[in-house]
Amino acid sequence: MTASKRRWLERLAPWIVTIGLLVIWQVVVVAFRIEPFIMPSPSAIFDAFVQYRDSILIHAWQTMVSTLLGFSLGIVVGLLLGIFIGSSRLVYAGLYPVLIGFNSVPKVAMVPVLVLWLGIGQPTAVVTAFLLCFFPIAVNVATGLATVEPELEDVLRSLGASKTDLLIKVGLPRAMPYFFASLKVAITLAFVGAVISETLASNDGIGYLMIQASSQFRVPLMFAGLAVIAAMGVVTYVVFAVIERRVTGWAVRGQNMSISGGGG
Amino acid sequence: MLALATPPAAMAPSASSGPDTAPSSPPGTPFVQLDGVGLSYGGPQGLKALNNTNMAIEKGRFIAVVGPSGCGKSSLMKLVTGLQPPTQGSVSVNGAKVNGPLKIVGMAFQNPSLLPWRPLLSNVMLPLEIVQPHRSRLRANKAEYLAKARALLETVGLQEFETKFPWMLSGGMQQRANLCRSLIHDPDLLMLDEPFGALDAFTREELWGVLQEVWMERRFTCILVTHDLREAAYLADTIYVMSARPGTIIARHEVDLPRPRTVDTTFEPRFVDLVHTIRSEIAQVRNEAKKAAKAGATKAGTTEQKAS
Repeated sequence: MTASKRRWLERLAPWIVTIGLLVIWQVVVVAFRIEPFIMPSPSAIFDAFVQYRDSILIHAWQTMVSTLLGFSLGIVVGLLLGIFIGSSRLVYAGLYPVLIGFNSVPKVAMVPVLVLWLGIGQPTAVVTAFLLCFFPIAVNVATGLATVEPELEDVLRSLGASKTDLLIKVGLPRAMPYFFASLKVAITLAFVGAVISETLASNDGIGYLMIQASSQFRVPLMFAGLAVIAAMGVVTYVVFAVIERRVTGWAVRGQNMSISGGGG
Repeated sequence: MLALATPPAAMAPSASSGPDTAPSSPPGTPFVQLDGVGLSYGGPQGLKALNNTNMAIEKGRFIAVVGPSGCGKSSLMKLVTGLQPPTQGSVSVNGAKVNGPLKIVGMAFQNPSLLPWRPLLSNVMLPLEIVQPHRSRLRANKAEYLAKARALLETVGLQEFETKFPWMLSGGMQQRANLCRSLIHDPDLLMLDEPFGALDAFTREELWGVLQEVWMERRFTCILVTHDLREAAYLADTIYVMSARPGTIIARHEVDLPRPRTVDTTFEPRFVDLVHTIRSEIAQVRNEAKKAAKAGATKAGTTEQKAS
């Protein structure tokens, strides 16, 4: 009884928290009579969303496409790079410091360079999204490959397993939980990249919409844009979380699933 | 004849030889042979793990290697399987010199290292996906191989658990599955590195019985590395005793107790005497090693912590 109640509560908790925060926000804005151009109330933001929903949705779609393209590119490159780094100590030693250095560069600072190469618009957004999201994927895959037990490697090598065998039979499956964990981080980073690029150099996308709204002091519209980005981020996160649970359920060991009994 | 170099005078307490346990293969042609094998890590100046080790193991024998910790027992495993080349001498298996990793050896370690994303049956069948000729036959003859894997699981009492994932099972069950995995491809040589080291005493004794049963049925050549002297005496035909590092073989004992041995066997005077003899040998080596370490405190002392 209490267990099922608790599970319900767990499932409802995110909604309760979200709605609670919105209610507090609304109450604060109304009670202190804060002007909409400083901090619009949730209801005003919603009104703005309804009013401009066509253009918001068009721009949101643009951002979504840029993000997913950059993200796909990030998956491919990150996975290959991770395998590359993780399976050879020499490559790891040579490449890792370079990667760290690259990752330390703020990607906003790279957008002007990308504009120079790719012009203003979607390609720049895609590449910025990619640049932000491939690193955690590569690092996680490499870590996963590096955690293969040496004993298991010995067992397989004494059976005549090649490096490719080891990678396919053991390395990659072992790295999958790390890979999916990194996807959840990477997809949100891809959104950040796409929106940053749009605010700096684009005529489409939520980022562009925000800049436009800002220049016209349409603050509720800006917040509506932010809300849409947040919603897209949550949705894509959930999608990857579900895929993760499907594919790497073995890594999440259910306590109630284990069998007890010594030696038995 | 089992050839053995005779370093120091420690050969004396060899018990007796046991022809009743020898298989039908012709004597005089060792299956595994080590000639003056030495192994150093990190170049000639580095840590010396093994020194002038000679062994000759006939096909189908069950060998145990015991010794104080850090005496290079595990290095011996790596040498015989070709995972590590010797820095001195030569290793040959089945008449051929070992140059790279052997391709047909079964191996099991203290850590069961089953793949957590595979159910038990598929874990046991992993070697079939790698070893030729099974590898190319697996898909076409799936049913045959499944039956084989199930039969093997049954011999160790795991038939009901084939769909379970490793982390759902106890340590003892995982180790049984590990044993099945090391045997599924019918290896001629089985290498066991303290396979039961992490188990409780009852489970361990139970698995000795299981291993003995499987071995008596199939008669593969088996090399067991262990620090448990009772385990060695229970399972092996021949026990090799190693000295402290740099490891070398200081004594050989034939165990002529009749098979199948049971836990009761381990309480027989002959068994107890044997274990006692080996224990005192190892104690002696350890003391000598300690003295040597004290004498050459600066040289030997620094390498003391590094195990094999």
